[in-house]
Amino acid sequence: MKNKMSGAKILIDALVNEKAEYIFGYIGGQVIPIFDELFGRKDITMIVPRHEQGAAHAADGYARVTGRPGVCLATSGPGATNLVTGIANAYMDSIPMIAITGQVPTTLIGNDAFQEADITGITRPITKHNYLVKNIDDLADIVKEAFYIAASGRPGPVLIDLPSDISKGEAYFNYKDSINLRGYKPNYTGNPRQIKNAAAMIKQAKKPVIFSGGGILHSNASEELLKFVEKTGIPITTSLMGMGSIPSIHPLFLGMPGMHGTYYANMAITHCDLLVAIGVRFDDRVTGKIKEFAPHAQIIHIDIDPTSVSKNIEVTLPIVGDAKNILGQLVSLCEKSDCSIWLDEIDKWKKSHKLTYHETDHVIKPQFVIESIDKITGGEAIIATEVGQHQMWTAQFFKFKYPRQFITSGGLGTMGFGLPAAIGAQIAAPDKIVFDIAGDGSIQMNSQELATCVNYNIPVKIAILNNNYLGMVRQWQELFYSSRYSGTCLRICSHEKYHDKCNKACESDNKEKQKYTPDFVKLADAYGALGIRITEKKDVEGAIKKALAYQGPVVMDFHTDQQENVMPMVPAGAPINQMLITGIA
Amino acid sequence: MLQDHIISVTVENKFGVLARIAGLFSSRGYNIKSLSVAETEDPTCSRMTIVVNADEKILEQIKKQLNKLIDTIKVQEFTNTSYLDRELMLIKVNTDPKKRTDLFQIVEVLNGKIINMTRKSITIEITAASDILENVIKMLQPFGIIETVRTGKIAISRDAVD
Repeated sequence: MKNKMSGAKILIDALVNEKAEYIFGYIGGQVIPIFDELFGRKDITMIVPRHEQGAAHAADGYARVTGRPGVCLATSGPGATNLVTGIANAYMDSIPMIAITGQVPTTLIGNDAFQEADITGITRPITKHNYLVKNIDDLADIVKEAFYIAASGRPGPVLIDLPSDISKGEAYFNYKDSINLRGYKPNYTGNPRQIKNAAAMIKQAKKPVIFSGGGILHSNASEELLKFVEKTGIPITTSLMGMGSIPSIHPLFLGMPGMHGTYYANMAITHCDLLVAIGVRFDDRVTGKIKEFAPHAQIIHIDIDPTSVSKNIEVTLPIVGDAKNILGQLVSLCEKSDCSIWLDEIDKWKKSHKLTYHETDHVIKPQFVIESIDKITGGEAIIATEVGQHQMWTAQFFKFKYPRQFITSGGLGTMGFGLPAAIGAQIAAPDKIVFDIAGDGSIQMNSQELATCVNYNIPVKIAILNNNYLGMVRQWQELFYSSRYSGTCLRICSHEKYHDKCNKACESDNKEKQKYTPDFVKLADAYGALGIRITEKKDVEGAIKKALAYQGPVVMDFHTDQQENVMPMVPAGAPINQMLITGIA
Repeated sequence: MLQDHIISVTVENKFGVLARIAGLFSSRGYNIKSLSVAETEDPTCSRMTIVVNADEKILEQIKKQLNKLIDTIKVQEFTNTSYLDRELMLIKVNTDPKKRTDLFQIVEVLNGKIINMTRKSITIEITAASDILENVIKMLQPFGIIETVRTGKIAISRDAVD
């Protein structure tokens, strides 16, 4: 007869059964029993961040690199609410994650107890599913279900709220081999007739384009995608979430479409007669004005989530199922497309509107830093980003080579994601070089995680493209709000007179007078990381090499061109073929 | 075109499920006209009848989104001919002793049932299709309606006659 076990031990044993290797957790009153169980355990490693949001993003970054659910843990109330941004971020990007929160004892739930928050209520719209454990006998099954739900179908975060009397209580541990949820049966296969129809449409198309996204990565279908592209010879554009699913240097790759997409990707979508969309959800940042998106095209949409189909864009032929399965079948059904005229047309767009920037020696261009990181790491580094201009430049100028290489917050656009996500990524891939390409605004939203890097010797290389602005919003203000830089300037302005009308007047002042706050080199130093400041273009490559040679975490503070804009740009709500190409509108 | 649709949803009979369904509607801006829910013959299931006002495209999304919830077991939409629907209303009306006979006659014609009577008021129970209840309200308005309460529509599929 087996002995009874504590709820905490049941939880951790179940996590281990699900092959969780790491738990990103921050302690608090209601999770002491769980941390007590973790103390000294060899079969699972606890990583303690400095903020619960860091725990959630680290679990997310870990999941993006491994494809397996990342696990984060926080206490009740504020600990749990601090996870919320990270959970919402994972939900928007379909990242498998298990979030475990402590809860006040079942006897106190609903009493407005100390550090009580209705976290299942709060996270209902941002989780794939969630659980409040009310009975210890259900705990093991709930963990099993949570992992199954998080990782299957369209992946997503699942939250388990665990009252402390349950984690302290005792029960027998019976772990099922399999589960059957009558309300949840994801369809993986795809309708064979629809797949045949798709092959016929592909055969007939004169101007086809493939548009694929994060779904390719989630279903590990990069190999099938590459085969499909090469066998048919159809050009391909990938969403931000799909970057890395096909090598950026592939001759048929058109880069990213949409708001900051390439001219040729947007033109190809606008002029194509067939759009083969795979694992995408037609986000508004991709489509621009819906009515003028792919106006001449029939659309095939392959996705595992039926709700994504015909939600934003009317689709000619939907196929619900797993991208890997369906692409595999399409590869065998499809032949080489005769679209040489179409490829010539695209080639002209490629040549006339190359993705480029104005190079100069006077100032460090942010794009140059990204290209240098690409060059020096041989394009092999895992690249995490924060959110903003630097993120778009990374998507544009880094040449991604392999799937799960690009770790970025797509749907939610979460500033502060990059550093903790890079920590999770580095833990998942200890042999890889991991960069966090950051802006000076975003990095400050979770810079406390430098302590985590130093504590566990997680050698993340942080490259801050420091323009002293919240640059993406500044760019919008420059283009659409008459350069009224309300709330976007991050410098400490020594000129009282500019405070209420911060604008270009300030720019014309001697750069030396500008105060950069914080001093990121000192900040790195304060945490025990290496800080490097780079203000001259000639020092960029040397700094990156120095960072790579250093064994621990590094903060590179690149003082870049403050006025640089991300181009091309489709103004919000405009059709995607109406792009601003350079500079000022 | 906006119109009313009846959706019948079989769900797990667990706490929080109603909140998931209601939350889905509110977070995506869909309108619920009525919602009624109770346990079924299988105590592990509840069945909800939801009346929504939506166009075809939104209706399609609503059905898909309902299906996507882990706790949803089955989603059925009833089209015009394939279902039977009923709604229960309790309606409390002023009674002037002089008009009582009139009121009794109307209640009888409408297939209502008087379930409580005082010197000042009578309470009527009536079960019918929802549009008939609208008519009942109109008919009883002249007597002075004190209050009404309705269950919302419930519906079940209609089997073909053998």
